[in-house]
Amino acid sequence: MSKTILVVAEQRDGKLRQVTYEAIQAAKLSSSEGDLIHLAVLGSDLGGLQDTLSSLDVEKVFVVDDTDLENYNPEAYSNALSQVLDSENPEGIVFGHTAVGRDLAPVISAKLNAGQISDVTAIDSSVEGTLYTRPIYAGKAFEQKTFQSVPWVLTVRPNNIESDSAQGTPEVEHVSYQKPSSIRTVIQEVVRKTSGKLDLTEAKVVVAGGRGVKSAEGFKPLEELADVLGGAVGASRGACDAGYCDYSLQIGQTGKVVTPEIYIACGISGAIQHVAGMSQSKIIVAINKDSEAPIFKIADYGIVGDIFEVIPLLTEEFRKVVATN
Amino acid sequence: MNIYVILKQTFDTEEKIAIENGQITEDGVQFVINPYDEYAVEEAIQIRDAQDGSIYVVSVGPERSTEALRTALAMGADEAVLISDERIGSDEYSVSKILASYLGSQSVDLVLGGYFSVDSGGGQVGIRLAELLDMPHVGSITELNIADGKATATRDAEGDQETVEVTLPALFTAQQGLNEPRYPSLPGIMKAKKKPFTQLSLDNLDISEGDLVAKTERKNISLPPEREEGRMLSGEVSDQVKELVDQLKNKSKVI
Repeated sequence: MSKTILVVAEQRDGKLRQVTYEAIQAAKLSSSEGDLIHLAVLGSDLGGLQDTLSSLDVEKVFVVDDTDLENYNPEAYSNALSQVLDSENPEGIVFGHTAVGRDLAPVISAKLNAGQISDVTAIDSSVEGTLYTRPIYAGKAFEQKTFQSVPWVLTVRPNNIESDSAQGTPEVEHVSYQKPSSIRTVIQEVVRKTSGKLDLTEAKVVVAGGRGVKSAEGFKPLEELADVLGGAVGASRGACDAGYCDYSLQIGQTGKVVTPEIYIACGISGAIQHVAGMSQSKIIVAINKDSEAPIFKIADYGIVGDIFEVIPLLTEEFRKVVATN
Repeated sequence: MNIYVILKQTFDTEEKIAIENGQITEDGVQFVINPYDEYAVEEAIQIRDAQDGSIYVVSVGPERSTEALRTALAMGADEAVLISDERIGSDEYSVSKILASYLGSQSVDLVLGGYFSVDSGGGQVGIRLAELLDMPHVGSITELNIADGKATATRDAEGDQETVEVTLPALFTAQQGLNEPRYPSLPGIMKAKKKPFTQLSLDNLDISEGDLVAKTERKNISLPPEREEGRMLSGEVSDQVKELVDQLKNKSKVI
């Protein structure tokens, strides 16, 4: 019998986030022939998404568009999603492992008494069933898990599951939001610090600074380099602890785990906790004054030198290459 | 105010991971309070000290978790509860069900925990628990203020900041930046020995067998592939930079 897998989309500034396409792919990889892939979008003022939604490679799209859903509120969002779940009864539900997905998925899992596998980076089908790969100990090891029951819930890490550009002609259904009888959570204020900036976990290029950056001011050249490459800036715990930057930029075992195509470590010594958060990057470049720094052991390319001399030169050189691309 | 902190004991973040017979080996490993749970313990102490009340630290895990709970008591928590039983499934579904069964029978005003554990990294138990206890939650908080039966929390959402107000009882998961956890003091360690420590098994909880069976199963475990030895560039800095960019563009084709 065919089953339904529901993908919970994420949109920002009138666009679907890339991780949504990756989540659709994760749903496809978790499905068998004849299964239906449906999508739910929650938010406010979603009219601008119409064209995108009606060409997605899924069978059906549910849109819940209400001012109550303008900002993420766990109670309002789980209420809206429950409306879709009640009518759909999907076997699987897929979220992005993002600020919203990380928060909402466990609420839904608990509501449905479902098993959840979080932060999935790869999906394989085998005789044992569908195997979900995920990092543990911040990438110092990997485990493969299966679900033992239905329904099940997945969150997929951005930037890891390759999506295709397939298009379809889904039916789009608008679901009117039913306010819950009581709501105990009020969002008072949302300060968009990262507006227009790329999220670290989704960036293809990460330029990260450590203690060697020396000051908050010292992050400027790193930001310029990241801008030229369309990337994001990150940091080691040392740089965050020293107050050079916000903890939201921290990469490592406590902090974010990133898997970009290029990781440029600037003035980072390479403590095991930091390496855990970035060692799965495709290409690692390390720039450090100390030729003995452990970061060089895992780097694909190493430059021994003063980051304040090397980075501006590197920025110039990349600028030339990017201009000719 | 009754403040409950859910706590997990994890590997020290400096530990290397080794696999033997399909299991992560624990030989010679140092265990600590999950670093994010440590922020939760510290926050609980600050709230209790400012507003009065009691802090209960609760853990579901093996016997060795006793040590982490003792550390929390030495930091300043008032009572500890360890729920330890081999029949408990190891996934987040089972652990949250156990915690909900225990906390559901207590009078709870506030629950604090870390926003994920640095070992299994599921980031589910706290939020699942809030839902099972029918409490509002705010995840990944960097600030918390409690007054007049309400809590206002600032939450980190991928670098954006959200200020959220909830009515108590409520659950919060701690993110880095919330506070600076204290070290246990010597008098704290001495006092901890006399604080109430309760150990429970499943027989002490009102829970159905179905709630104990994990809904997910680990099939295998592996270490990440070793990275190949990299290349140290040499020569004038400007030449190194040119060569690096050339390699990234023409050899690795990543730009």
